[in-house]
Amino acid sequence: MKHTITVLVENEFGVLSRVSGLFSGRGFNIESLSVAPTLDESISRMTIVTSGDDRILEQVTKQLNKLIDTIKVIDFTGEGEPYVERELILIKVTAEEGTRAEVMRIADIFRANVIDVTPRSYTLEIMGSPDKIAAVIELLKPIGIKELVRTGPLALGRGAKGWR
Amino acid sequence: MKMTGSQILLACLEQEGIDTVFGYPGGTVINIYDDLMKSDKIRHILPRHEQAGVHAADGYARATGKVGVAIATSGPGATNTVTGIATAYMDSIPMVVICGQVPTALIGNDAFQEADMIGITRPITKHNYLVRDVKDLARILKQAFYIARTGRPGPVLVDLPKDVQTASTIFEYPDSVDLRGYKPNYSGNARQVAKAIKMILAAKKPVIYVGGGATLSNADKELITFAETIQAPLTTTLMGMASFPKRHPLSLGMLGMHGTYYANMAVTSADLLIAIGARFDDRVTGKISTFAPDAKIIHIDIDPTSIKKNVRVDLPIVGDLKDVLLKMLKQLKEVPDEVETMVVQTTAWRAEVDAMKLSHPMTYTPSKSVIKPQFVIEKLRELTDDDVIVTTEVGQHQMWTAQFFDFTQPRTFLTSGGLGTMGYGLPAALGAQAAFPDRQVIDISGDGSFQMNSQELATLVQNRLPVKIVILNNNFLGMVRQWQQLFFDKRYSQTCLESPIDFVKLADAYGATGFTTSKPEEVEMIIKKAFATPGPVIIEFKISREENVMPMVPAGAGINEMVLAS
Repeated sequence: MKHTITVLVENEFGVLSRVSGLFSGRGFNIESLSVAPTLDESISRMTIVTSGDDRILEQVTKQLNKLIDTIKVIDFTGEGEPYVERELILIKVTAEEGTRAEVMRIADIFRANVIDVTPRSYTLEIMGSPDKIAAVIELLKPIGIKELVRTGPLALGRGAKGWR
Repeated sequence: MKMTGSQILLACLEQEGIDTVFGYPGGTVINIYDDLMKSDKIRHILPRHEQAGVHAADGYARATGKVGVAIATSGPGATNTVTGIATAYMDSIPMVVICGQVPTALIGNDAFQEADMIGITRPITKHNYLVRDVKDLARILKQAFYIARTGRPGPVLVDLPKDVQTASTIFEYPDSVDLRGYKPNYSGNARQVAKAIKMILAAKKPVIYVGGGATLSNADKELITFAETIQAPLTTTLMGMASFPKRHPLSLGMLGMHGTYYANMAVTSADLLIAIGARFDDRVTGKISTFAPDAKIIHIDIDPTSIKKNVRVDLPIVGDLKDVLLKMLKQLKEVPDEVETMVVQTTAWRAEVDAMKLSHPMTYTPSKSVIKPQFVIEKLRELTDDDVIVTTEVGQHQMWTAQFFDFTQPRTFLTSGGLGTMGYGLPAALGAQAAFPDRQVIDISGDGSFQMNSQELATLVQNRLPVKIVILNNNFLGMVRQWQQLFFDKRYSQTCLESPIDFVKLADAYGATGFTTSKPEEVEMIIKKAFATPGPVIIEFKISREENVMPMVPAGAGINEMVLAS
């Protein structure tokens, strides 16, 4: 089962390799990982999507917590915490005579922005939940995806309470 | 007053109360060594290989309970420390390893003697640091020692570039450490403890299973009181062995692959297993599905990741063992009648276990014509005091020592349990002897393992460390040979050490003393002679070549499927 985990870490040299090394060294999966500093520059926030059974996920969160540089670990999925999840993708689609209109229609439906245009392609910027991202990729595939880049999901707990 | 980085390093070591370090000089630590000459508080011991230096610091740490310190230069010096660090990491030994590094401006340029030690040691250290500014050095060292010795202890590496050692700043050693991501939980949850007490009082067939954590937590006395209070049979891992006297009536000896039959069968029949500072290693559990199948499991450990890693756990208690044991003892004291009832209701269980002890004792077939290794171990025990410190290498001799040497005091058995490092014992003995010059220190070794760090004879001689090295010589890499005999139709691929070594001459060449014999009737005499000889001594026993470590659980089998004799 997929789990979305947020890890707050010291924003220090080598922390990313500690986290990624932990996953590779213990045979845990990383489906995606995104990381950047928080409002407090001394802390970085990672959003990791991983998968495994309950036993593995328990080890993942415990092992993450064990790292000296780890300040907090939240397994949104495992703890049943309500959260919102968004991902940004940039996607370069074939857009020629016959398909331009269709690409634009899809872009409209998904509230995508066209951020680069050439006679043969459109580059779209799409933001949304993992389901939405999957759907738009599915629809654009038959038209022809030339290139695609995604941030991986970012997650934030619902409600007024915040972790800086 | 301004001080250089290397002066600050030494000042920090002094502040931490470090009196002995094990290290090897080189280009990027030369400044440290220059300042070391001026220090009269820190004794430096020079091993002949950095790996041995780290093992020596490890042996020092295990024997004393203090943090061991090792120093190595950058590049090959630093990479040589890797096996020593991994050994300490697997057994949770507190240690700080200082490595020189090329100047910060050259890092990443493939400079002469550069190696990325932070990257290399990341998975085998509790934490590691690259010091990039001399202003951070004192804080980092304070943190390094704090991390090494607190919580579940472990090695910490500090990579120290040469220019940081020569740069100057005002030295101020911090009083305390505040790491927002590292706050080990020492105090066991009282409600969990109460639940544990309930489970214990309801048990009919309890077994206590103790690992290295008991010694690390200095909880040996509490452990004995606990076992005696609930009158539960107690088995230990290799790492937990010296924390509970083997001759205690409740002792089952070691469990697992080469454990006692009765320990393994008791665990298999138990209805409650109380795991204390142990991590359910595969050499202990055998096939997981048949390990303690009928038992509820209480797992007490300071490291949450150890809990439910390998086996299901019914009741976890995270905390320092000493704290948890004291809390349990306190709660037990409040219900003397229920404890009494529990002790009565487990009488039959103890009788069952005692009957197994009598029917399947740890034993071997004695011989009058060849020296049996087990006989040597028994004789060694007979001729040493209770506070003798024994180290081993890894292999058959290690298991024979575990099986036949009855340890009675904590921190007297130093062995590489987790990583299983051949070549550990001699340098570890060196470190232990440096810590306790007046105690007897013995390295029990095989002819294979001994050769992995035999150069340390020179260090022993130079530092007048009178370690006695017992080599159980079968001209084989015995443990692998045993597996080849039992599971590979006796195809002894690359396990026969066919070039016989004259260990007496070898000892002589280093300025030590050597004795040798192949006669059982000379064993006692030679041990006595060797013990009476000052300085380091090699005692070689040419033993029965194809003796096996028995009983054993074949790899992949359950611990209830022991092979008793080969």
